[in-house]
Amino acid sequence: MTRTNIALLVLIACVAALPLFGDAYAMRLGTMACMYAIFALSWNIVGGFAGYPSFATAAFFGLGAYTTGILMNKGVPLSVSLLGALVLCLVLAAALGAVLLRLRGHYFAIASLSLVEVFRELVNNATDLTGGGMGLNIPLVSGSSVLSDATFFFYAMWGLLLLTALVVIAVSASKLGFGLNCIRQNETASNMVGLNSTLHKAVAFGLSACFVGAAGGLYAAWVHYIDPSDVFDILYSVKPIVMALMGGLGSPLGVVCGAFVYLGLEEVVWRNYIQIHSGVLGVLIILLLLFLPHGLISLHASKIWRGLFGRKAKHV
Amino acid sequence: MSELRHEILHLSNVSRHFSGLKALSDVSLSVNKGEVVGLIGPNGAGKTTLVNTICGVTPASSGVVTFDGRDITRIKTYQSARLGLSRTFQIVQPFAEYSALDNVAAAALFSQPGESLKSAREAARAHLAFVGLDAQADQSAATLTLAMRKRLELAKALAMKPKLLFLDEVNAGLNSAEVERATKLIHQLAADGITIVMIEHLMKVVLNVCTRIAVLHNGRLIADGAPRDIIRDPAVVDAYLGQQYAQRNAARG
Ligand SMILES: Nc1ncnc2c1ncn2[C@@H]1O[C@H](COP(=O)(O)OP(=O)(O)OP(=O)(O)O)[C@@H](O)[C@H]1O
Ligand SMILES: [Mg+2]
Repeated sequence: MTRTNIALLVLIACVAALPLFGDAYAMRLGTMACMYAIFALSWNIVGGFAGYPSFATAAFFGLGAYTTGILMNKGVPLSVSLLGALVLCLVLAAALGAVLLRLRGHYFAIASLSLVEVFRELVNNATDLTGGGMGLNIPLVSGSSVLSDATFFFYAMWGLLLLTALVVIAVSASKLGFGLNCIRQNETASNMVGLNSTLHKAVAFGLSACFVGAAGGLYAAWVHYIDPSDVFDILYSVKPIVMALMGGLGSPLGVVCGAFVYLGLEEVVWRNYIQIHSGVLGVLIILLLLFLPHGLISLHASKIWRGLFGRKAKHV
Repeated sequence: MSELRHEILHLSNVSRHFSGLKALSDVSLSVNKGEVVGLIGPNGAGKTTLVNTICGVTPASSGVVTFDGRDITRIKTYQSARLGLSRTFQIVQPFAEYSALDNVAAAALFSQPGESLKSAREAARAHLAFVGLDAQADQSAATLTLAMRKRLELAKALAMKPKLLFLDEVNAGLNSAEVERATKLIHQLAADGITIVMIEHLMKVVLNVCTRIAVLHNGRLIADGAPRDIIRDPAVVDAYLGQQYAQRNAARG
């Protein structure tokens, strides 16, 4: 395993210690941090490795949320509902990916974005199943008396993050990951050396959707109530891209750092500039991208060291 | 009959249009095992398109392509690679961020299903050594010179264990020392028994290595035969070689 992947697992392990120190607010923030990290890691499979900028995160987040919500309303336990959401998103995204990922660049971006709209409309119109625009109530998770609700969902989301990270690390070290990197660098050459790029992209899209879908399911169970405009929010598609760009495209450790930093910014800005928070957040993001175009991951410890002390040495 | 048994590639009446433009018209051609066929013709004649059509990049609009006795007219590019068709690109197509080693490893890895990354990298070392890039193995492809990138293309194509190898202007843009070096490599491959179809503008190289020459002009095959007949063929002289070349050639005897 590479050093950065070990660092990623250490970072995730540190997050698990949060309940030792945190109050309810910290737990909520921790759950969000894990969710964002799942988004960023998932987006990175198709956006970072394969180089296809997907805006479909919100589509599978919403689909997972509704699948879980509907199943739980039918009396299916949370764990099985989540598994159902995960498998459905995996299979559906892989099938859609085989078609959508024939498009390149802007065309693919727009097509993936329209998935969000299509899914939202489908959910809006399937009133019998989903409650349509009225939203859907989700029963409380039984057994939440043992652990407090907040702790339970924090650990559930953390577990999902760990699973996502392990899968992403496995992918990046595998033939699949090697091939996705080939596709990003030169798709023509990839096909020419015998790489089945359609299959690779379909699997990548499936993997990038399934954990997001499961996260949507956990989110639904956590908040007890979802409606289409909440879970199919385009912002869920945009945020992971910002996180990945901020953290360092392609690097799993980078994008997770990006997710945590993004969440931190979002919280600080929201608390201090509640009136104009999205404006301030936007400006901060632009500044970060301008001055750190290769993301936080480009800030190697050695470079910081040189930056701080290198110039001094020259004067001596 | 024995001729037929050795045939590895056969095109019958292959055409390819690009929205009105006839890049290939009714091309019929066959290549036998062990041959080194030169494919020549003026710019825009359809030489690269012919390779693209055989490899499934731009499938034929009509006609039939068979390879090793199998109809591959509608085959996907990656499938043709796995069958043993490999090619170098006229405009080099490296995986720019990858090292030279990983570029070649990718070719070994994906053309042979079941190959592991580790053994692909081992195989890649041998191919890099063959083209003289072992010293650059860990350098990213983007940092290589054009001549090196051309040789990298060749190493990638060889890592695919080709039965039929297309070389698309491997010498274009190289200086004469580099051309000589590349020509030596091609000779070596031919000696190893790899069937080669090479697109080449340098007649010196074509005459040096090819056992047969096919000439394309405006998408049509206008000549196909032994090198010494082709360079005297009036149609070929007219369309491609030019009077000057023919006269110089005649003067030399
Ligand atoms: N994908 C494509 N789409 C549209 N037109 C194409 C395409 N590929 C080739 N052509 C056209 O087909 C014709 C033949 O091009 P091709 O590249 O095969 O020529 P060539 O013989 O390889 O020439 P050169 O010696 O310059 O490499 C040209 O007019 C070219 O513009
Ligand atoms: Mg050409």
